[in-house]
Amino acid sequence: MSLSRRRFLKQLAAGAVAGAATGVGRPAFAAGARVVVVGGGFGGATAAKYIRMWAPDIQVTLVERNREFISCPLSNRVLAGQVELVDLTRGYGALSSKYSVEVVYDEAVAIDPGKRELALEGGDVLPYDRLILSPGLDLLFDEIPGLREPAARERVLHAWRAGQQTMALRRQLEAMPDGGLYALTIPKVPYRCPPGPYERACQVAWYFKTHKPKSKVLILDANEKVQSKEPLFTKVWKEWYPGIVEYRPNSTLLDVDATTLTAKLEFEEVKADVLNVVPPQRAAKIAADAGLITANNKWVGVDFLTYESTAKKHIHVLGDAIVAAPAMPKSGHMANQHGKVAAAAVIALLRGEAPNPNPVINNTCYSFVSDKQVIHVASVHRYDAEKRTMVVAPGTSGVSAAPSELEGTYAESWGKNIWADMLA
Amino acid sequence: MNQPTRCRIAWAAALSVVLGNSATAAEDQATRSLAANCTGCHGPGGNSVGAIPAIAGLEKAYIVTAMQEFKAGTRQATVMHQHAKGYTDQEIEVLADYFSKQKRQ
Repeated sequence: MSLSRRRFLKQLAAGAVAGAATGVGRPAFAAGARVVVVGGGFGGATAAKYIRMWAPDIQVTLVERNREFISCPLSNRVLAGQVELVDLTRGYGALSSKYSVEVVYDEAVAIDPGKRELALEGGDVLPYDRLILSPGLDLLFDEIPGLREPAARERVLHAWRAGQQTMALRRQLEAMPDGGLYALTIPKVPYRCPPGPYERACQVAWYFKTHKPKSKVLILDANEKVQSKEPLFTKVWKEWYPGIVEYRPNSTLLDVDATTLTAKLEFEEVKADVLNVVPPQRAAKIAADAGLITANNKWVGVDFLTYESTAKKHIHVLGDAIVAAPAMPKSGHMANQHGKVAAAAVIALLRGEAPNPNPVINNTCYSFVSDKQVIHVASVHRYDAEKRTMVVAPGTSGVSAAPSELEGTYAESWGKNIWADMLA
Repeated sequence: MNQPTRCRIAWAAALSVVLGNSATAAEDQATRSLAANCTGCHGPGGNSVGAIPAIAGLEKAYIVTAMQEFKAGTRQATVMHQHAKGYTDQEIEVLADYFSKQKRQ
């Protein structure tokens, strides 16, 4: 019997049992209802776990193409030799053993919103009552002609997803002779993780300062200014890494010569020894193909009470792929918050109840500006019924007064706690 | 999507009743959703690994005092003064009550 047919019959059986057992109380439909989650990252893993925690009568299948989760947040520290990739890695075992999430290691390739089915690369077709997509985003290499060939992308790395790219970039930096140039290009906002590139510049600068002090870091930012924690990053570069870090705003990358590691900008060319390009980004292909993109041809519009797509019913979208609310960053922490609101909302909707009309979420984001010193940005967001979006709660938005080792210890703790919150 | 007024009232009432005796399913979920704000940093169930303090099993009065002092800016903080300002006094009571009842591991 094929996997999908076996699953279909199991669901029918669960529905029949639930119908007989419940009688009064919540609708029998919810018991045995089937939620499929795409993406085992900060948004999807969290949503899958929390639905099972809060409504064990609802079946959850999580589709994830990687066998392990590797955190991109904090992975810049690998570039400085401060942590190993293994420290940022977690498995999916507890989701199945502790919470009975059905974890399927496969890639979701197509959605049929009318039939409510999800097709996987391996051939299976999963029926769903509600679909939660936390698919991340696509890196748009096509927009940089010199990066269209795979061979070019082996030399010019992004490391904007953690794993092999992180290790390869670390090796490039280790191999670079003293006196070399590391150039980092940043696309126009919005992109995944606003402070990420500036933290990366700090990590590489710290590594150079302590190991290759004649080397340089050049930040070519398409934006007008530093997009997050601006006064703090600027001060650190000036006071801790003088003569090492140079920041150039209004520098959009137009093309790349991967053979010579040359970045081509509007008015200049920069030849680097290590060229690191963070490409422009867009909601992942699976969301785009399903007709979910509603903004700027890039991002998925959602109802902030439920994260349900404004384009297609029964599909909820989390994390980096969505059109952000005001001052809502594309961060892992934020996606984890989305996951919990969506979990509660999906449970309510499956039970025929109204979702929480007053969701509150927050962001806390730590950046390592040296081996041990850290700065944060944080905010609390509350639903505004009139504007129908999340707005920043007064007095909650702010950053560190200055870098500190204390916040460095909090940042390390944050990592361990959020990965446990998602996956343990 | 506009929520009918009665649903808004139901959820608000749910939060206030939570502090009383037995909670209904809706009250439980309202509380759990609010508390879920905190676990990304403080760990699942408020049990933390590392420097961020665990909040599971703390005395309710202590949590309320700490959060009110963070809100007022009278307690030393790196980030909690920002978070505390995001919640109403009633929500702080609910959070404190919830985490005081979580098992410390």
